[in-house]
Amino acid sequence: MSVNDAIAQAGAKAAGKRPYFLDEEVETVLAITMATVQELAVSRQRIDTLERLLEDKGVLKRQEIETFTPDPAAAIERALSNQELIARILRIVQQRNEAADLASDVASEEVGNEIGSRP
Amino acid sequence: MTRPNAPEQMPYEGPPDYRVVGRHAVFPQTDHDEIERINFLAQMNRHLSTRVVPGVRAAYDNRIAPGFEKANGRALADRHEARRASLQDPAFTLWSALRRMTMEQRQQAGRWTAIRQREALAEKAAALTEGDTRLRLDPSLPIPRYVSAVDHHCMPGSYHSEYFPGDVTNGANYDHAGFVTTAGLLGKYSDGGGHAVVKWVQRNFPDFKPQAILEIGGTVGHSSLPIAIAYPEAHMTVADLGAPVLRYGLARAKSLGVDNISFVQASGEDLSIFPDASFDWIQTTMFLHELSNSALDNIMRETRRLLKPGGIVLHVEQPQFTPDMPLFEQVMRDWDAFYNNEPFWSRMHELDLDQHMVDAGFDREKLIHGGVTGVVDRDLFPDAAEDDTEDYGRKAAWHVIGATV
Repeated sequence: MSVNDAIAQAGAKAAGKRPYFLDEEVETVLAITMATVQELAVSRQRIDTLERLLEDKGVLKRQEIETFTPDPAAAIERALSNQELIARILRIVQQRNEAADLASDVASEEVGNEIGSRP
Repeated sequence: MTRPNAPEQMPYEGPPDYRVVGRHAVFPQTDHDEIERINFLAQMNRHLSTRVVPGVRAAYDNRIAPGFEKANGRALADRHEARRASLQDPAFTLWSALRRMTMEQRQQAGRWTAIRQREALAEKAAALTEGDTRLRLDPSLPIPRYVSAVDHHCMPGSYHSEYFPGDVTNGANYDHAGFVTTAGLLGKYSDGGGHAVVKWVQRNFPDFKPQAILEIGGTVGHSSLPIAIAYPEAHMTVADLGAPVLRYGLARAKSLGVDNISFVQASGEDLSIFPDASFDWIQTTMFLHELSNSALDNIMRETRRLLKPGGIVLHVEQPQFTPDMPLFEQVMRDWDAFYNNEPFWSRMHELDLDQHMVDAGFDREKLIHGGVTGVVDRDLFPDAAEDDTEDYGRKAAWHVIGATV
């Protein structure tokens, strides 16, 4: 099945040891970020395609998008949607902040040692 | 500067929309998002070369070179020392990381499109090539280490790996997504190099009437087809190591209406399938840098053996390193050798090619030197001769070295 093959093999490593220019972990995260940026660009182009097709078919005028004003309920739904997105993406910042506020923080391994030890 | 694919009243500099590329029977289908992925990656490369490289140059001029001189009491001696010093600078390393991952994303994007439809592409190629004597494959041909050890330009599986009998995946990937790296500078059918060679030969050898032409390392025929078209009385033979690119190449040529062309699986180092003095013209295009020292010499000897009296051999390549080339440019041109899996690039570009030609049996008095830039459909594609961007080592501006016999 070609789609499964594509999922498995499109990102195959080329023969030859890969150079890392930055700290390997930093470069790994940057590579993930740039692939995400690529997909964001693709999504933006797709939205633009949709808008132009809808305009061509007389469904809407793109200027209506620029001047669109949500009604109050929709405005709240959209604001909450932004809040949700930010909270999801910045989860690790939230967790670091919560950890910094704790007087003590115990790791599962330590608890395991504690509750699993023989008296 | 160029305004491809844009109305006159809309100033635009950059690669054209991918949808202007020329298609043929075995060109993979590309859906909306696949096209936009290629558009994005072509723009990424342009951004890196036009917006980021100037910062790398400034870092080199202001920090890297003076910093080395201050620390060592002498200037940087050569491009290797300059590259190692550059690797300590964050401007160089960040640009390098982004350039490398953009190439990896390009390969992934192209392979996605090719692999997801590879059975259908193989069927189309088979329908166009089965039983056709213009495709001659040799499954027993060994793949030399200079091709197998690392995959050139990070293209997984290179030109030769096939994933099932009759496979053309790696030809389809190489053909349809090369646009990312060239940003359209090679034109509608990635054939701007071939058109440039034709124009150069017609201007410099107007009375040349070749009957038999050979391109070594011609892959899918990007550069060979314009030659075959320009000399319809001649027969063009493309030799390459990779079966997937050759199958794909003949199917592509036939569907584009080019019939005076054959595709043969053979190493340029051993073309004993052809007798002495078989060809009027032997061509290589952006090929020498993917060899090894011994392969280069073997191929030059084979070209000498295979040329008819009055024949011409031409090699089109990126410029050689010269003492007057600034060290920064040398470092940038060397980048692909170390970080884009072009292992022979660095050493090949410092060879005395004239001497290698002479050692292969060519007459020093009959050597040829010239320069060409990619020739494209200027209504749609950027013209390399007028393009002032510099993506070192990748621009469609080449040197010609060759000889007559």
